[in-house]
Amino acid sequence: MRPGAVALLVALAGPAAAQTAPEDAARFGPETGPGALVVRGTTDVALFAPLLDAFVASLPGIAVAYEQWGSNDLNAVTLAGCRGEGTPADLVVSSAVDLQVKLVNDGCAHPHSSLMTVALPPSAAWRDELFGVTEEPAVIVYNRDLVPPDEAPRSRFDLIDLLRPDDSRYAGRVATYDIEESGLGYLFAFADSQQATTFGSLIEAFARSRAIATCCSAEIIQGVAEGRYLIAYNVLGSYALDRAQEDPRLAVVAPEDYTLVLSRAAMIPRGAPNPTGAGLLIDFMLSDEGRAALAAQHLLVEDGGHLLPDDDISLYRPIALSPTLLLGLDQQKRETFLARWRATFSQP
Amino acid sequence: MPHRDAHTASLALRLALSFALVLLLGGTALALSAFAYGRQAAQRAYDQLLIGAADQIAGSISVHGGAVVVDIPASAFDLLALAPDDRVLYAVLDPQGALITGYDGLTLPASRFATAEHAGEPVRLIRVGRQFSERNYAGAVDVVVGQTTRARDALARDITRSALLAVAPFALLMAGLSAFAVRSALAPLRRIEAGLAAREPRDLTPLDVAVPPEIGQLVATINRFMARQVRQFEIMRNLIADASHQLRTPVAAMRAQAELAAEEPDPERQRAIVERIHNRAVGMSRLTDQLLNHALIIHRADAAPHDALDLRRIAIRIAEEIDADDLLLDLPEDEVACRGDALSLAEAGKNLVNNAMRHGAPPVTLAACREGGLAVLSVRDRGPGVPEALWAGAGARFDRTGAVTQQSASIGLSIVSAVAAAHRGALRFGRRPSGEFEAALTLPAARR
Repeated sequence: MRPGAVALLVALAGPAAAQTAPEDAARFGPETGPGALVVRGTTDVALFAPLLDAFVASLPGIAVAYEQWGSNDLNAVTLAGCRGEGTPADLVVSSAVDLQVKLVNDGCAHPHSSLMTVALPPSAAWRDELFGVTEEPAVIVYNRDLVPPDEAPRSRFDLIDLLRPDDSRYAGRVATYDIEESGLGYLFAFADSQQATTFGSLIEAFARSRAIATCCSAEIIQGVAEGRYLIAYNVLGSYALDRAQEDPRLAVVAPEDYTLVLSRAAMIPRGAPNPTGAGLLIDFMLSDEGRAALAAQHLLVEDGGHLLPDDDISLYRPIALSPTLLLGLDQQKRETFLARWRATFSQP
Repeated sequence: MPHRDAHTASLALRLALSFALVLLLGGTALALSAFAYGRQAAQRAYDQLLIGAADQIAGSISVHGGAVVVDIPASAFDLLALAPDDRVLYAVLDPQGALITGYDGLTLPASRFATAEHAGEPVRLIRVGRQFSERNYAGAVDVVVGQTTRARDALARDITRSALLAVAPFALLMAGLSAFAVRSALAPLRRIEAGLAAREPRDLTPLDVAVPPEIGQLVATINRFMARQVRQFEIMRNLIADASHQLRTPVAAMRAQAELAAEEPDPERQRAIVERIHNRAVGMSRLTDQLLNHALIIHRADAAPHDALDLRRIAIRIAEEIDADDLLLDLPEDEVACRGDALSLAEAGKNLVNNAMRHGAPPVTLAACREGGLAVLSVRDRGPGVPEALWAGAGARFDRTGAVTQQSASIGLSIVSAVAAAHRGALRFGRRPSGEFEAALTLPAARR
């Protein structure tokens, strides 16, 4: 890896200062015995635990040490491992799939191939090195108490229509990710811009209605639940569904025009101490048992997940794991996109 | 004989190996060219992707307020994603070679296309330039796009495999045709084999099998061999027939005389009978010698290899072996060259000389000379010679009815005649202007 490319990626990691420690950690399986499989991911420990519990239960004697990282930090630490600095993890599972593609493109991955991985659809795998293990739609969340059923948005067009009137009561009450702060928000917004011309009208509507760009999933969903925001756009479905399960105020909608679906990307870093064990975990995540554990935490919306009318999964637009994702990481492209975003949101 | 078996097996095997070698070489050449073609086709196809992507990126470059802005269209990456498993590299560089956007540290290829390495894999790079001559920005902006070579390698393999699969049936057809060709080329040999196998054990007539010219030589050789066998048979049969006939009568006579002698009381007459028995025994001994000689010489004349020789030397050898004072030699100064077996010729000449000495009148002359295309070994004497009426038949087979003395002369001539035949020559009688009788062995002269 050339130093120049590293500099580029560090610059891309955004304004958040790189941390060198995980946000959270947990160990699964036997507490003693030979070294545990080190898995680093962006998924909350609580959401990932059932899967890892099932995994260590299926393979007696194996232990997993899970570390929860922020996506940019995780990318930075993985990249450092690729350059030979620090110990690489055995498996990295990140929602920042564009950064994962970049890591693979830079030769930082160890290939893995099995009956499970070859059965993956082309959009959910790249080069036998990167595998999509979850299916999480980008959803609209609204407050059931404050948004009357006849106004509940079913699509982006509905949302634009709600925001159109000058005296719209949704003005200033719609929230979405601040894409300068959130890698995931940027990923979704960029995918939206590639997907349809609706995006232009949408951010225009956001601008006119002084929509709130903020961080992060948990806070946005909390805001909707508490009524600070009426509607949240492009929220990661897994978190929204998880919260909606316990909070009846929250309603989750997959847009009917199209719904982006994110697959968290799993990659075995080059130089991983235990690539075989990591391969087993990937295969487990793709197995029926693993998928069931992921689905239980809404990390996987099987058969549409009852989010769309008639569960019409043809409206799902998976964010394909392919080098096309590198486009969003292009310095000038990103700068141009952010400039447009900033210009829209800073309008009076 | 295992050696012989190995040889017979190797004929078909050798043909098969030759065909296999030809097919193998042809197949290898075909595979190599298919692979070269496949590589070239794959290279061209995927280079088009690179060109398309690079052109799209170059087309998205614009200058705003003195700064270069690149707004790469997603279609450029979609185009590159047609090689689904390949890594992508790209960079846009300003006229000074500094990075505007993309991967830093990419070396600018010297030519339009180049091959480099990225993260341990070969990459194909393309470079496209775009010239700007704005008021506030001038110079060439370079776009470099690269891709690893998995897809093109796979396509090259695919094309090669398809080409080979398409060619495989033809190769099989060729192999089948070869097998057919081998079989039909060997068919005349099998016909000869069948022709020989179907024969009666004693049938030595020439083979009459339709064969191509290449094998005609073989058939001719077989036929020549069989003709020689026929002659040898003939010689053996004649010898046995002659010997039994020639020896039976004198042996019976001697037995009768011996019985007579045993009963003869008068010692004087008894001695006379013994004398006669002795004479007859001497004659018979000579006859036996000649019979055996005859068989030996005829066999030899037919079987021995023919060498280049000089008839004068043969004449001298005859004179030395006969060692008679009254034998005259008449030899020319020039060589009398011909081809033949020296021993048979000398034996034939001795027979002629012996005949002349025994039955003719001195002086006996032994001569060697050339007569046009003939080399002639002749014996002349002043005797009456062979009666002219018998000249034509003399020597063909000797007369079995005459007296012993005449028989021996007759055997001698038949040896000469057989030797002449074996040398493609003739036995010739004549009377010279001087009145001498001449018996001559004429052979085709060798070119000097």
